[in-house]
Amino acid sequence: MNRFTEKEFILAKKFFPLTRRLLCASAAALLACHAPAALAATPKDTLVIAFSFDDIITLDPAEAFELSAGEIMGNSYDRLVRLNISDPTKLTGDVAKSWTVSSDGKTYTFDIKPGLKFASGNALTAEEVAYSLQRAVSLDKSPAYILAQFGFTKDNVKDKIKAVGPLKLTLETSQAFAPTLVLNCLSANVAAIVDQKLLQSKAQNGDWGAGWLKTHYAGSGPLKLREWRANEIVALERNALYYGEKSRPARVIYRQVKESATQRLLLEKGDIDIARNLSPQDIAALAGNASVKLASAPKGTVYYISLNQKNANLAKPEVREALKWLVDYSAIGETLIKNIGVVHQNFLPLGLLGASKETPYKLDVAKARALLAKAGLAKGFKVTLDIRSMQPLQGIAEAFQQSAKRAGIEVELIPGDGKQVLTKYRARTHDMYIGQWGADYWDPHSNADTFTRNPDNADSAKSKPLAWRNAWAIPELTKKSDAAMLERDTAKRQAMYEALQADFRQTSPFIMLYQETEVAAYRSNVEGLKLGPTFDSNYLFNVAKR
Amino acid sequence: MTREQIPPLMGTAPQVSAATPRLIRRLKAAGRFALVIFLTYLGLLAVTFFIGRVIPVDPVLAIVGDNAPPHVVARVREELGLNQPLAAQFTVYLGKVLRGDFGTSVLTANPVMQDIRRTFPATLELASLGILLGAGLGVPLGVWAAVRRGSWVDQAVRIIGLVGYSVPIFWLGLMALLVFYARLGWVAGPGRIDVAYEFTLTPVTGLLLLDTAMAGDWEAFGSALAHLILPASLLGYFSMAYISRMTRSFMLHELAQEYIVTARAKGLSEARIIWRHALRNAMVPLVTVIALSYAGLLEGSVLTETVFSWPGLGLYITHSLQNADMNAVLGGTLVIGSIFIALNLLSDLLYRLLDPRTHLR
Repeated sequence: MNRFTEKEFILAKKFFPLTRRLLCASAAALLACHAPAALAATPKDTLVIAFSFDDIITLDPAEAFELSAGEIMGNSYDRLVRLNISDPTKLTGDVAKSWTVSSDGKTYTFDIKPGLKFASGNALTAEEVAYSLQRAVSLDKSPAYILAQFGFTKDNVKDKIKAVGPLKLTLETSQAFAPTLVLNCLSANVAAIVDQKLLQSKAQNGDWGAGWLKTHYAGSGPLKLREWRANEIVALERNALYYGEKSRPARVIYRQVKESATQRLLLEKGDIDIARNLSPQDIAALAGNASVKLASAPKGTVYYISLNQKNANLAKPEVREALKWLVDYSAIGETLIKNIGVVHQNFLPLGLLGASKETPYKLDVAKARALLAKAGLAKGFKVTLDIRSMQPLQGIAEAFQQSAKRAGIEVELIPGDGKQVLTKYRARTHDMYIGQWGADYWDPHSNADTFTRNPDNADSAKSKPLAWRNAWAIPELTKKSDAAMLERDTAKRQAMYEALQADFRQTSPFIMLYQETEVAAYRSNVEGLKLGPTFDSNYLFNVAKR
Repeated sequence: MTREQIPPLMGTAPQVSAATPRLIRRLKAAGRFALVIFLTYLGLLAVTFFIGRVIPVDPVLAIVGDNAPPHVVARVREELGLNQPLAAQFTVYLGKVLRGDFGTSVLTANPVMQDIRRTFPATLELASLGILLGAGLGVPLGVWAAVRRGSWVDQAVRIIGLVGYSVPIFWLGLMALLVFYARLGWVAGPGRIDVAYEFTLTPVTGLLLLDTAMAGDWEAFGSALAHLILPASLLGYFSMAYISRMTRSFMLHELAQEYIVTARAKGLSEARIIWRHALRNAMVPLVTVIALSYAGLLEGSVLTETVFSWPGLGLYITHSLQNADMNAVLGGTLVIGSIFIALNLLSDLLYRLLDPRTHLR
């Protein structure tokens, strides 16, 4: 029966990855030799995008923390300030006309642009902005800590963030934080401005309208949400009441298409305008197609292999360093992550304040062997590596397995499903783990907070950053990271992060591999597509079709 | 079943009271049937529930994401009732199901039954057309192969079956898309309907062919059909492969029986022997094969649905399971269980029509 063949095939896929690769390769080869036939054009005022957005579980800005949801919110909600996508280390006002910071560094005052309206027609004033921030803090969902870290709690937020005039808002933080940090956090989705009147009419049992907003819309951005059908479609349409330049497309429709090969076929046929999740092979194959163009941008996601310090061998400083010399960075960069990433050996992705470009490590087996000998492990050792069964992680893990073997280290790969591997990692029962980290908000502290801060390394610790997950006890680095978070002079702050990264490169149990590049392929009649530095700054309201 | 069908001996009971024991027997049979169904559902739910709880995936992770602060994780765990003992969790769940509340899917933020109402019609439409094609072609092909056993026809059918059985469906799906959609342009691409119709249509049944036909929107009907035909043919091909092999073997068995020799000796035409005598008898086991194939298709074909971006039940349940979204998985399992029970019942009824020996008296 069919379902049996399918199930068997799923099993086969798991156990014989080679077969699958061969099949994919033959599919790719056949794809390569065909020329696109006549076009089935999409409506001219509608932008149709093939996208894998099955990670979306809510469209409430106070709750959503998923990449795809971030993109929808970036296009449909306003906030006080926005990233400047041509220079992501700077900010521009969004609904805020201007802002000032008090001399003690704790009070921020924002002037709101006059005459703003939500898509519903309700007015947008300082009161709605205050409500939105209070709501996010009070609901206390996953991304709420981005705001709560400034000392806001459910109980005090109404005093700390308030409208002091129809167009004037003040925000009072618990310490004198770096202003760049505070403002960067206010550009995050969790600080998006929501329609108070609309939400109050939908609220049930004091839930701030959260039950309703999960699948609905209450914003004021250039595009408004028309419908989200999970795993099927997200439809946005032009918000005629938007204060700024109106959206160029009248509609933007995302279609859930998981397979890269399917996205490519749709794009070549002209049934979609933009393909968002293409494999490196499909991107390479599209390079010769005159009717398709590529847009790409480095994103705030870094990939790494981490070494659990609970493992006695991996806890030796020489072993940590030796493993950094056992990755063939250039081969990985030229093949496995071609078009989708750039080798990067720092915990801050490029584009963030202070991000370092240093790449001191390369494949050097002799050096690694010497270090291992110094650690008393000249004969090597055995160790396991947990990976998610997906590319390019698998390929990188296999390459690392090969090069580590040359220094006598036997790496056993343990493949698993995403959530399964993550569950194990979070319980810190792994030896080595390969995975990625995406910045939660666009400030260096987002990554420093997890890579170089570990306030409590005990199993019962309250906060469990990546440093904790790898049992890396770092009281000194934690202090330095805290200092960088508070430094109000931007130039000094930048220097502090550079120093942190230098220390981290040398001593950390993290082998930093590469920074992700996002690539989109689009039909050549599409103009104005520019991917932003973050997932919530992939703006589509600027994109039009000829 | 056979025991209670033995008719009471003639004359042992007066004609009037004969109806009463029969009625009681029937009631008893119905009661037993209801009990079996109830236990089946209970078992299905229990097994799925406990598997869902022992798989090494933290369901909270799917809701709050990897980067959520610990206090949020703890609160959500409590909200979901995951800090309670397993047995208590199961009892609470069962109680809700009995009241008709299947819970909310954490991934889609919708009530589970609403999600299933949305995804199941997509699968139903695909599977129904698939099984029509599969059985409509598979049975005649199987009969033909059996009758011409060892000839080139038999070999050709065997090869078609073998290919259908052994080639991975996602690969064949991609190839079919490439040839019939990209190269030849005969059919529409992945998805259920062109984007242009996506918002002009208000779903009534969720079956797009039916909805568009009822609305009299023949352009949209054409678009839906153009999208449906390729994945349905693919599923049809796969079930045809299986059904034709089974038909052939059942037919060979029947054709070797003595009653066929008798029929031939009577001088009946070959066509009559094959279609009226042999096939009619082969149909009895075939009905089960076709019903189970159909149930298999209705369960949703994850790979086909993935390749064709078909928002069906298989994709929904698989995705939910990967994220430990247990309400959705349990709801889906119940629906699939019901399909199997219903189709089994249906094939039992068909048995009785086809096989006079099982007729109720």
